[in-house]
Amino acid sequence: MIMAKTSGLYLTILKRDLMLGLRNQSDLVNPLLFFIIVVTLFPLTIGPEQATLRQLAPGIVWVAAVLASSLSLDGIFRSDYEDGSLEQMLLSPQPKLLLIMAKISAHWLLSGAPLILFVLFSGVLLYLPTGSMLTLLVTLLLGTPVLSLIGAIAAALTVGLRSSGLLQALLILPLFMPLLIFAVSAVSNVNRGLSVTGEFYFLGAMLVLALTLAPFAVLASLKIRMA
Amino acid sequence: MWEWLIKFASPMNFYLLVNRFAPWLGRAAVVLFAVGLYGAFFYAPADYQQGESFRIIYVHVPSAWMSMFVYMTMAGAGAAGLVWKTKVSDAIARSCAPLGASFTFLALATGSLWGKPMWGTWWVWDARLTAELILLFLYLGYIALQSAIDDRRMAARAGAVLALVGVVNIPIIHYSVEWWNTLHQGPTITKMDTPSIHVDMLIPLLVMIAAFMCYFFALVLVRARVEIIEQERNSKWVQELVLPPGGHK
Amino acid sequence: MTGISEFLHMGGYAFYVWGSYGLAAVILYLNYLLPVRHEQQLMRKLSILQASKTG
Repeated sequence: MIMAKTSGLYLTILKRDLMLGLRNQSDLVNPLLFFIIVVTLFPLTIGPEQATLRQLAPGIVWVAAVLASSLSLDGIFRSDYEDGSLEQMLLSPQPKLLLIMAKISAHWLLSGAPLILFVLFSGVLLYLPTGSMLTLLVTLLLGTPVLSLIGAIAAALTVGLRSSGLLQALLILPLFMPLLIFAVSAVSNVNRGLSVTGEFYFLGAMLVLALTLAPFAVLASLKIRMA
Repeated sequence: MWEWLIKFASPMNFYLLVNRFAPWLGRAAVVLFAVGLYGAFFYAPADYQQGESFRIIYVHVPSAWMSMFVYMTMAGAGAAGLVWKTKVSDAIARSCAPLGASFTFLALATGSLWGKPMWGTWWVWDARLTAELILLFLYLGYIALQSAIDDRRMAARAGAVLALVGVVNIPIIHYSVEWWNTLHQGPTITKMDTPSIHVDMLIPLLVMIAAFMCYFFALVLVRARVEIIEQERNSKWVQELVLPPGGHK
Repeated sequence: MTGISEFLHMGGYAFYVWGSYGLAAVILYLNYLLPVRHEQQLMRKLSILQASKTG
């Protein structure tokens, strides 16, 4: 009974956020567009030579993905903050961690998941060997949820502030550095036939840590900002 | 760990405390700096390999140590503010940030100045320096967040959450950067890791670290005192402090 | 150490050593000066405000 109620609440909020997100198409498309533009900057600046791009491709796509993801974070709480429903959510007797997880899941589905497709696509543009595509996919599946989870903390801390988007990015980019190090290392390594289990374990550990701790930090931040 | 802060939870008591202790901490810092500098330049022998440039260690290592210590203090004071809602701990946390950022910057700059004669380049992406750079970003982000929020109390609490998230991430960052560095670096070991240091070289280093600690405590208290006065300016004790009764007719 | 000029020369590393210590001195001094001065200005401003309210 409780499980049904719990999953019912989660799904309700998830569906609501997905519908609201899909309504505003430019908010969905802009980060993806930004991503592709950033990726394009690299061949333009460092030259179209295959060998160079292939070597730098893992780093380029992941950096661009992190930047694009940071741009989309503003939307997690902004519209709810502006119309007062965020305050309502915090006052409601519903389990708030569940509400927060639903909102973060929606964010990942709307921005993280499409980004995965774009990243794989841009890997092709940068001559990433097809052998490493699978590894890249795994790093993305493990890593993009972490971007949403930790990003949500920064979004919660800065909700409603002017130029919050930039401040959010400044706050979380240092926190994303370990993720970047291991994700890119995995994709680079698989090219050279080296083992990537260490990297996968680390990415998995980061995901678990983020899943367990981030929602609490988000809730604490929201309560502080909405006091 | 920071329960002793509760004793001085009253802003007025904190003010009196700082008045009593800060000057002594300052004097101790001056003495320790004098002793430390003498030791750094006259007592410690020049390094066999690095010559006189090795003496930079006596500002670089204390700065790096302080940059980490101050971040922990900042997070601890922030946590105390979240738990006990004390204004004093909020003031201390906020005051830690510029000092911590200064120490981090100094560690990076002296690291760079030490590196140039040693490795020939102004910057090396070695594990220690890279992690220190990331720490600087964490400090600056904290300062930026607090500046962006007008309400002092809210800013302190938001900063505390950010600092605690940072504290969780610092070991992860250090581990990741170490790992990344061994992956890409050759077998060169950074000269800044002097695991077996001669005792004549070690003693001035410890004195300098003590000097930096006293300096930090003195100044974080002074800064926090200013914060408290600003925040409590409408309270009776501050009003009497600023303009003692009988000072006007 | 043989003499003041040797000392200042620091075995050829003068720029790096004195640069480091000089930078440290500047940063440590500024971190002392700015809060102390801020406090003095604050006290002065508050006493003026206070006097004007009660005077």
